[in-house]
Amino acid sequence: MAGDPTQTIPQPVTADGPSDRDARFVQIKQWAELLTISALAVLGAAVVFSLLLLVLGASPGEFLALLWRGGFGTWFSLQNTLVRAAPLIFTALAVAIPAQLGLVIIGGEGALVLGGFAAACAALPFHGGGSVPFVMAAMIASALAAGGLWIGIVGALRHFRGVNETISSLLMSYLAIAVMNYFVDGPLRDPASPIKSSTLPIGDANMVGNIPGTSVHWGLVVAIALASASWVLMRRTTFGFAARLTGGNVRAARAQGLPVGGLIITACALAGACAGFAGYFEVAAVQGRANASLATGYGFSGILVSFLARHNALAIVPVAILVGGISAAGGLIQRRLDLPDATVLVLQGIVFVFLLVSETLYGRFAVFRSKRSPSDI
Amino acid sequence: MATTDIGLWTVPLAMFAGAIRVSTPFLFVSVGECLTEKSGRINLGLEGTLVFGAMAAYAVSFHTHSPWLGTLFAGFAGAAFGALHGAICRLPKVNDVAIGIALMLLGTGLAFFFGKPYIEPEAPHLSSMALGNWSSLPQVRAALQINPLFFIGIALAVLFAWALRRTRWGLIVRMCGDSAAATRSAGYSVDSVRLVVTAVGGFMAGVGGAFLSLSYPGSWSEGLSSGQGMMAVALVIFARWSPLGCLGASLLFGAAGAIGPALQTVGMTAGYDIFNAAPYVLTLVFLIASSSSRRNLKGAPSELSISRR
Amino acid sequence: MTNDDWGNEMEKQMNRRKFLTLSGAGAMGLAAGMLPQLASAKEKLTIGIVYVGARDDFGWNQSHAVAAQALRGLPNVNVVEEENVPETIAVRKTMESMIQLDGASLILGTSFGYYDPYMVDLARAYPDVQFRHASKLWDPSKAPNNLGGFFAYRDQGHYVNGVAAGLSTKTNKIGYVAAKPIGLVLRTINSFTLGVRKVNPNATVQLIFTGDWSLPVREAEATNALISSGCDVIACHVDSPKVVVQTAEQHGVKSCGHNTSQAVLAPKGFITGAEAKWETAYKAYAIDIAAGRKLPNLIFGGYDKDLVASTPFGAGATEGARKAALQAIADLKAGKPVYVGPIRNNTGKIVIDKTYGNYDPFLEQTTYLVEGVHGSIA
Repeated sequence: MAGDPTQTIPQPVTADGPSDRDARFVQIKQWAELLTISALAVLGAAVVFSLLLLVLGASPGEFLALLWRGGFGTWFSLQNTLVRAAPLIFTALAVAIPAQLGLVIIGGEGALVLGGFAAACAALPFHGGGSVPFVMAAMIASALAAGGLWIGIVGALRHFRGVNETISSLLMSYLAIAVMNYFVDGPLRDPASPIKSSTLPIGDANMVGNIPGTSVHWGLVVAIALASASWVLMRRTTFGFAARLTGGNVRAARAQGLPVGGLIITACALAGACAGFAGYFEVAAVQGRANASLATGYGFSGILVSFLARHNALAIVPVAILVGGISAAGGLIQRRLDLPDATVLVLQGIVFVFLLVSETLYGRFAVFRSKRSPSDI
Repeated sequence: MATTDIGLWTVPLAMFAGAIRVSTPFLFVSVGECLTEKSGRINLGLEGTLVFGAMAAYAVSFHTHSPWLGTLFAGFAGAAFGALHGAICRLPKVNDVAIGIALMLLGTGLAFFFGKPYIEPEAPHLSSMALGNWSSLPQVRAALQINPLFFIGIALAVLFAWALRRTRWGLIVRMCGDSAAATRSAGYSVDSVRLVVTAVGGFMAGVGGAFLSLSYPGSWSEGLSSGQGMMAVALVIFARWSPLGCLGASLLFGAAGAIGPALQTVGMTAGYDIFNAAPYVLTLVFLIASSSSRRNLKGAPSELSISRR
Repeated sequence: MTNDDWGNEMEKQMNRRKFLTLSGAGAMGLAAGMLPQLASAKEKLTIGIVYVGARDDFGWNQSHAVAAQALRGLPNVNVVEEENVPETIAVRKTMESMIQLDGASLILGTSFGYYDPYMVDLARAYPDVQFRHASKLWDPSKAPNNLGGFFAYRDQGHYVNGVAAGLSTKTNKIGYVAAKPIGLVLRTINSFTLGVRKVNPNATVQLIFTGDWSLPVREAEATNALISSGCDVIACHVDSPKVVVQTAEQHGVKSCGHNTSQAVLAPKGFITGAEAKWETAYKAYAIDIAAGRKLPNLIFGGYDKDLVASTPFGAGATEGARKAALQAIADLKAGKPVYVGPIRNNTGKIVIDKTYGNYDPFLEQTTYLVEGVHGSIA
């Protein structure tokens, strides 16, 4: 069965066991192990990538400098990064939440697209008028419902028919994009925009603005809040506990009487709702309408972010900012080093592989091992 | 020279030709993955392998002027990806589904990265065999221009089906897929068998990709694949892990993909977006129909991570 | 230009690199008269160009890249380009990055979806930078003055394609692979068909829509289907005709190009192509900025304004086809109208009652297919 990816995040240790000092020591060791191995993985990836650059005649040092400059070095770059990180946080949550149950869902792209589409449709009857809070509420509700329903179906298929959720979520994703294209090209098309099919605009009044003093929209704040809420849900509530138990051993969970089916479907629906929320912000804060530009790969990058964050909802925020920074720097790298934009794709792929391979190093180093390793619970 | 109008016969003829064209990459990828999964491992990175194979074949064909060399190189590149997958999955605690996704992203990224200079130049294509020269109708002759890779794919499907059932090697592979413990006690290294088989699967996927770039549509660009690698994985489940079943399913898919344009030539212009969705809907329906929550998927190798409950 | 000149040009076309350097050299020659203004400019003019796809796609993006290359030939001009920029917030950030980090004073957006809201918002945020978009979307009442557009009436090029194709077909069946049934595309299909029927009233145009601007597998399938049904010339209106032209060439069928030159892909069967000559607009901008003049908000035209050009004839063009095509180009340069009524649509109804000028807004609302086209919109 898939190795439980959540176990190697340092867990809170029960108080009625070893003394508090021992417990804290063990936790420090776990964090140290996590940081060391992650650092090793990133270092390994950096070495391999630098070799690739050298073979092509590019300078790794210059690459790094441009990566910094284009992603984090100036206020403009930082905002560029943050605005790209916002949708990634949502779509990464769409992978992380079901991962607690051991499910690998990669259909966030489709849920995002449908969520955005539903939001744009919800605004249609108002023709740009209507009370703004009401329209906004309607749009958000539609986006969450559409995304939640779509991935919820994946969960239901898994529970009731045993359909592998990875393959079905990907197929549903392609299907969602095709469905949106059908409506946007046909019945719901805006006649004023023939060359690029899209729905009617939602109206300027309904657009979500930027955080004051920045050019980053409010979606970032909502995303961080959602990530925090997800962490609380998974780590501090009964639901989260039950979910993680199911993820560890389904049979044992069933034996305990846990409603496994309900947990699976709920987790999937929550995941889809997160991705749908991203779609809402893409429409309401960026595009102003729903069209094919909703499907630009945020869903797939979110998969990467979640795995890199080891499916921990809080860790997703900094990882999303890192990945957002890499993609933000991509443009500058393209212009200055004359490297194709696929370069950042390769970098991300190499980091991904190294980090997954580094899973095998956990527990290998004696220095990090403790007499009673809580990860055995 | 006046054309012979064969009226509505254009549709089934076009579907026949289209089915063969569109099904060939599916055939290669699904038979390869079928083999891999028979040994108890799932390789979701085939989408990346397919795209990389397409790029590699095009590039090598361009430089060496030999499309068959390009195809061979693509196969070896695919085998390398498969071997990488197998080697990484040997390590304990590594999730093979996650590795598959990671290699999918890496394979696609590398393909786009190295493939940039090859978007524009033209590479020699794989030539098709003209099997329809007995007919005087140009439509029939065009429809029977079949690429030899199609027949190679069929031959491989039959070969693997026979080998899995009748040879010792096939027995070992199936044993790996059904019971790792039994294989170990028989003295074989489970991980090594799976690595070899995954590499073979990768080779097939690479060749499937080569067909895309060197035969149909016969051009390298970043929009070449539309999830064919992933669909092939679902096809394997639908075909109940039988190589011959994969052959049938691939042909079915090819025909489904060829309906749209065929109908347009006789004036029926239905919604193309619907036809676009058809392969995914089809795959999903088959997937749902073949799966069951109560018992293991019929025919599924027991060691396969996705079939364990 | 005489046929000999065309023949020379054709030889040069065979090698893409040669072509590009030659166009650069040609641009230098053309700009020779305007060199003093640019050469005396105090600082380098930086122009940023953003592409939605790959620059060398043998299609829409390449048509702009070719013009960008021509810009590089001008003195004191620095061109920064970025490819594969999707029509999302990414393009806004890319353009801003070009302004802030590269010091661009002119931003050229080449993809339709870049305009609204990205370029409109940016034009408001940066009033000192000029923005131009490849469309006629600019509306003075809705968008600021430092924004504008440029547009090439490629349907004129398709008319010429049609004339050449009509005289190059032997089966009298010509295939057309089109992206979507919107006004812009329908107009090019109609102009093409009018060209075909003008020289060959017996020929018909068989139409297949692929559904979107760039779908290589569908385009290949459509081309195959058209060839199977007897077409011996294939024309197209898709973002990148590469797949269509290559597939046609594979089957020994002739082809017509679009957006940029695909001649090198079909050494045996290429006839001619409808190219957009963006460098006319690009260079006009560069020279105006250097001279301190205000840039025109809208630049549009066809052969008459040197915004449309025909790819030099390939081996697929017969002698008669070349003559007729050259005459058609001369007519269009002189302003002769293409849509001379009465013209019926392909169900028999009269859709063009009188004669319309080539830039008449009535023609921009095309919702029909003219007589001779086998195919339908819905």
